[in-house]
Amino acid sequence: MIAGISIYEILTVTSILFFIGIYGFITRKNLISVLISIELILNASVINFVVINKYLYPDMLQGVIFSIFIIAVAAAETALAVSIIINLYRQISSVEVKDTEVMKY
Amino acid sequence: MEKYIFYILSFIIIAFAVASVSSRKMLRSVIYLLFVLCGIAGIYFLIDYNFLAAIQLTVYAGGIIVLIIFSVLLVHHIEMELEMAKVSRKILTGLLCALGLGVFLYTIYTNDFNVIENNITTSTAHIGSKLLSYDTGGFILPFEVVSVLLLAAMIGAIVIAKGRKLTDKNEEAL
Repeated sequence: MIAGISIYEILTVTSILFFIGIYGFITRKNLISVLISIELILNASVINFVVINKYLYPDMLQGVIFSIFIIAVAAAETALAVSIIINLYRQISSVEVKDTEVMKY
Repeated sequence: MEKYIFYILSFIIIAFAVASVSSRKMLRSVIYLLFVLCGIAGIYFLIDYNFLAAIQLTVYAGGIIVLIIFSVLLVHHIEMELEMAKVSRKILTGLLCALGLGVFLYTIYTNDFNVIENNITTSTAHIGSKLLSYDTGGFILPFEVVSVLLLAAMIGAIVIAKGRKLTDKNEEAL
């Protein structure tokens, strides 16, 4: 744990980060920007897992290991999302959310 | 000392996160995200969890950011400015987010956390043996499932990104 910092301060920072991600997710009109907002949300949750494990249950490893799994799933999700975006751009020449009407194969 | 480093890091994280969701230039927004991720890696270093900090720097800052920059350069002109949402919608969303944040903070600050003072460093050897242990509480099954998931995501990404050309050839072959 960090000397002189209570768990409340870290949870405050992660909550703010989470809601900045939500704000971007709703207001942005571009698929890649939505992807960036999702990364922010996922990162906030990963910090929460690690911090709660480190402060409340320091002799356990569950939160620490789940954070690794979250990062692995986030990497897979980003790779798939980028490939979908590139394929979509080839078909409709746009990555705006409002133009995305064809997702059917 | 660590206290001030934490405050500086959290200021960097929040400032660049706001810049990242409000910048009108796509590429800049990605670079701001890179700074956010580096700040988060700094927090992991502070909290004595060096392995995850290294993962964060290699997978996020090294991998995901490069992937996103790649896709931005493929689908955008660099100078193109993004279309923004209407101001009323922005204000409404901002208010809703502030409300949600208020609920979160109220819950956090009224909850009494049972904090245990400690100085335990999480070593990579511990994580590795826990990940590969067969005993109760071991994580061998999720570990294997994640490896299959990564393989599936890799093949899926290749197939999706190849797209039309592949299917045309398949139809011709049929």
